[in-house]
Amino acid sequence: MTEFLQQLINGLSLGAIYALIALGYTMVYGVLRFINFAHSDIFMIGAFAGYYLSKHFPRESMGGGLIVLAGAMIICALLGIIIERLAYRPLRDRSKLNVLITAIGMSLLLENAGQFFFGANPKAFPVLFPVMTIKLGAVVLSSNQMAVFIVTIVVLVGLRFIVMRTKIGTAMRAVSFNPVAASLVGINNDIVISFTFGLGSALAAAGGILYSLNYQAIDPLMGILPGMKAFVAAVLGGIGNIPGAALGGLLLGVIETFFNGSRWSTYTDAIAFTLLILILLFRPAGLLGKAQVEKV
Amino acid sequence: MLTRSQVVLIAALVVSLVVTLFSNQIDPYYLLVIVNVGINVILAVSLNLINGYTGQFSLGHAGFMAVGAYTSAAITLFFGPKFFGAVGSSGTATIWVLFLFALVAGGLVAAFAGLIVGIPSLRLKGDYLAIVTLGFGEIIRVILRNFESLGGALGLNGIPSYTNFFWTYGFAALTIYVVVSMVHSTYGRGFLAVHDDEVAAEAMGINTTRYKIVAFVVGAFFAGIAGGIYAHSVRSIDPRGFDFIKSIEIVVMVILGGMGNTIGVILAAILLTLLPEFLRPIAEYRMMLYSLLLIVLMLTRPEGLFTLRRKAKVKECK
Repeated sequence: MTEFLQQLINGLSLGAIYALIALGYTMVYGVLRFINFAHSDIFMIGAFAGYYLSKHFPRESMGGGLIVLAGAMIICALLGIIIERLAYRPLRDRSKLNVLITAIGMSLLLENAGQFFFGANPKAFPVLFPVMTIKLGAVVLSSNQMAVFIVTIVVLVGLRFIVMRTKIGTAMRAVSFNPVAASLVGINNDIVISFTFGLGSALAAAGGILYSLNYQAIDPLMGILPGMKAFVAAVLGGIGNIPGAALGGLLLGVIETFFNGSRWSTYTDAIAFTLLILILLFRPAGLLGKAQVEKV
Repeated sequence: MLTRSQVVLIAALVVSLVVTLFSNQIDPYYLLVIVNVGINVILAVSLNLINGYTGQFSLGHAGFMAVGAYTSAAITLFFGPKFFGAVGSSGTATIWVLFLFALVAGGLVAAFAGLIVGIPSLRLKGDYLAIVTLGFGEIIRVILRNFESLGGALGLNGIPSYTNFFWTYGFAALTIYVVVSMVHSTYGRGFLAVHDDEVAAEAMGINTTRYKIVAFVVGAFFAGIAGGIYAHSVRSIDPRGFDFIKSIEIVVMVILGGMGNTIGVILAAILLTLLPEFLRPIAEYRMMLYSLLLIVLMLTRPEGLFTLRRKAKVKECK
């Protein structure tokens, strides 16, 4: 039972990170109906931004850690907005395939530029937050896991507030629902899309830092696998659906962790994709998504 | 009576056979590069059937290549000696029969893999398909890594060096012939219809899913053949050699050449294989160059470098 609870906590903390990345995929898909392949590399840039920022702030302190986290989120938000402006916006009314290829190109560019500027070798990620462990009976909760849970909960609540209660959030939902009608009622789609990219990228940066805190090593290709898994999480929950992305992330994290503890652990990386194929076969709209009929 | 394209195919086969007879006169390094060009031509032309003509976006071509490479290598390594005696002791004719069998078997197993992946995923569109095929490539690698009898993470070594000019260019010619004839046949118009407008094609009574699966299976078959030729050329394969990057390289060839433009794709495959050889000093930046190329091409010339005429295209209505 203890082991089960411990694994559950480990799984939830991994899943919370997937959820943070998945939210970015899902929000961008919501407004633009396309998968931002470069998202997983913004996650990587977030980790590196944290790595370089942490050199200038005190480590193992609450304040320093939060400043680094916020700094990396701002850097990635700007990067996301710039990428959208330069690479995706000019293609907005071209065929979807062109945008998809551009996104893959952008992803590869970030990875290879990362290898060029940061070096291909893994770097040790510093300890940002004060180290402590909380024991709940026999179940151990590390400070990193605490950080993951707190950040994820704050982000989810904040996101819910932004999307449901603010003017820009309402505009986001409107653009997602019907971009043409949204612009007819005076919404500036470009601003909404930029904002969505910024928000999603900031969440990816947070995910990147939390992921690196747990794994302690970062490299320019670190984003690929978690990025793809987060995408699976987004599809699992229903792409375009914000609570769905969170649910899908947590679910995938738990499933993977339990699988990792079993004797098939070497197949863990294949689980997400198997799950993806199954969900697309039997419930393509995802767990919380609504099936949509294609209109001509 | 043979049609013109059949005559061209037979001529190409004869020429490549003749060249093979004199291939010991060619510098081994050049021969290796030439073989690599041929392998990439097969890969790019077969992917062009899926990504170009049919308009589906597959990112898993390296996965099919891996299936073919492993199958054919396993046959020549494990079954060959059992039936034909130790490698090297058998005559040329036996080797040719064995190798042909191994290549075709590799292609068939890859085609079967294409069918397995195709049936569930081809009901999906665009982005989803890209992700599923990408995921499939990863699954293949995870499975191969765990397959101890196929060498696990270390891969297979000591594969006999059966690849020569004839096999490479014979199959390249066959690939081009099959893809071009398929697309230009009455049946093949369906591929273009699926590419141009899936909804309209479906409304016209075209079984779009079936066309997609056929494109996928044929593409995977030739990718498997290319994998077999590759395996018997480099002589040692491991799962890392068939990763996402390899798939992307093939995709770049197709996009650079112009999706749905066989001649352009062949030129692009030749260019992108030779270029790194000439640019050894900057080989490190190859992928950076590729990725920039992808973005710039999509922004400025989405029809590819080698497509001269811009197809008159009706603006997509949303």
